[in-house]
Amino acid sequence: MNSLLAIAWRSAWNRRSTLALVVLSVALSTLLLLGFERIRTDVRENFSQSVSGTDLIVGARTGAVQLMLYAVFRVGGATNNVRMDSLQAIARHRAVDWMVPLSLGDSHHGFPVLATTPAYFTRFLYRDRQPLALARGHFFDGTLDHLYDAVIGAEVAHALGYQLGQHITLSHGSGAIPGAEHADKPFTVVGILERTGTPVDRTVHISLQAMEAIHLDWAAGVPLPGMKIAPEQARNFDLEPKQVTAALLGLKSRAAVFAVQRAVNDYNGEALMAVLPGVALDELWDVVGVGERALLGMSAMVAFVSLAGLVAVVLAGLNERRRELAVLRAVGAAPRHVLLMLATEGTLVTLAGVGLGIVATVLAIVAVGPWLQAHYGIGLTLSAPTVEQWSLVAAVIVAGVLASLVPGWRAYRLSLADGLSPRT
Amino acid sequence: MIDVHHLRYAWPGTGHDCLAIDQLVVPAGASLFLHGPSGGGKSTLLGLLAGVLLPREGSVSLLGTPWSSLSGARRDGFRADHVGYVFQQFNLLPFLSVLDNVVLPCRFSASRRARACEDKGSAQAAAEELLREVNLERGLWMRPAARLSVGQQQRVAAARALIGRPEVVIADEPTSALDEPLRNAFMDLLLTECRVAGSALVFVSHDERLATRFDRRLSLADLNHAAAPAEPA
Repeated sequence: MNSLLAIAWRSAWNRRSTLALVVLSVALSTLLLLGFERIRTDVRENFSQSVSGTDLIVGARTGAVQLMLYAVFRVGGATNNVRMDSLQAIARHRAVDWMVPLSLGDSHHGFPVLATTPAYFTRFLYRDRQPLALARGHFFDGTLDHLYDAVIGAEVAHALGYQLGQHITLSHGSGAIPGAEHADKPFTVVGILERTGTPVDRTVHISLQAMEAIHLDWAAGVPLPGMKIAPEQARNFDLEPKQVTAALLGLKSRAAVFAVQRAVNDYNGEALMAVLPGVALDELWDVVGVGERALLGMSAMVAFVSLAGLVAVVLAGLNERRRELAVLRAVGAAPRHVLLMLATEGTLVTLAGVGLGIVATVLAIVAVGPWLQAHYGIGLTLSAPTVEQWSLVAAVIVAGVLASLVPGWRAYRLSLADGLSPRT
Repeated sequence: MIDVHHLRYAWPGTGHDCLAIDQLVVPAGASLFLHGPSGGGKSTLLGLLAGVLLPREGSVSLLGTPWSSLSGARRDGFRADHVGYVFQQFNLLPFLSVLDNVVLPCRFSASRRARACEDKGSAQAAAEELLREVNLERGLWMRPAARLSVGQQQRVAAARALIGRPEVVIADEPTSALDEPLRNAFMDLLLTECRVAGSALVFVSHDERLATRFDRRLSLADLNHAAAPAEPA
């Protein structure tokens, strides 16, 4: 049997350029499958880790997904605001460690504006409890001296070409109504954040007091006629917000999360709700995760096509090998030897292809990972393969072995029918 | 050695016999020349003699064992042990060296390997001895078979068919790709080597001029009673 494998090896070596192409195509489809799967899991991971280190998100009573949508993804709007004194009451709960209020509603060239406290920059974490980092500049400090400071996300800076020191004006609401500009109170960009791959990248951050200041001379969404408060004058008013959109809560111990959630939901002064970000994000992913399945389906098709290619290449080469098979038959090889030879070759070619594909995937993640992180905020991790990835690899191998049996079986039939003189 | 009795063979799906041979006996060590026109069923008969095809009726026996009494796998083993085969051309595996090609039957048949070792000490030595006898220069032995001329390849094929002294050597028009002088040299060589090895030789050709060197000559047309055309379309 060893000698048969030696002959099979010599035969394969003789056709090495064709086989190398097959190995390459199997490797490519493995790379695509594993790469897609990696991106898929990491995108999901990134998504579910859009916010971490926050134990509860508090807002006016609405749906959990809706609250997540506006508080974390800045999509849609709140139906009701939350009174600041309610939040302060909740913050006094003995299990609560910190509370960061969020106020939304304005925009800048389509990018949402988030008003918050300086604590946001240290409390808000994403991915594996990673804090926000500055690419340039500094965070705003929330003092009146630096009232009109803004910190922008990486995507805002990239899309609008902003540098430090850039003066920007905010639009009221989503910016859809022309003329509804806070043009009289321009902001200065003092900090640009590192890319995170979360909605933070698309956000303009200002202080809560600044949010109050630009709305001093507004009421019900329009500027009050005949009332103009200059930017400098605004500092003299009481700029402490009376109400905000939502708040992030951090607890002293995660064990208390359900107790605090119940306390918020049962709060007497106002109809409030608290959601666990992880749970709500999973719910949200169920809604937006359809594309994920499409991606997986596509990579399965890619794998199928390249395995079909493997079968086609081997089948096409089979006619030229009928002579070879007849000679082997004449010197005593049985059809089962022929079958074994082809199946072994197909299996090894598949294994080599899959192995090469895995190596290529690792190299690609190492090489492309930082670039993806910098440009798209997708953090590819070089972690141990997931169960899904192992099963994908196993599926490719099984399919490759089965695919190599097809030509093997045909060769078996041919060598039976041809006998010792192939009719080619 | 070879015993054909009341043979009837039809290609599957044709419905009529293309070969009908009542009696054909080849004794041990004899040489038989079978001639007939192209498409006369020569290759089919050789397939039956070598046990690759089985008769519809009657029997073909080798060394007293009817091929039909053996299972498919046993037939392959039996053939490897007792039959050497030479084609018209393309006899060699192009990616193996000349020497490896000659040794090939010993890899599949233990009994031929045993006989080669018994005679010359090893299969390798037996192959070298045969290559010397078919006058192939030593410089060519380690070359890939594909780099040899057709005449050289046929001599290697003869050496391969003879290694381990099989009881029967079957040659299917092995000289058709050779020109006249090469053909004569090859015929001499094949007959001599078969005699030395004690192998019976069944040689098939459409070229009757070769027949004179054989113990016995037969025309397939005389032998075959089947009226229908022998080869499938």
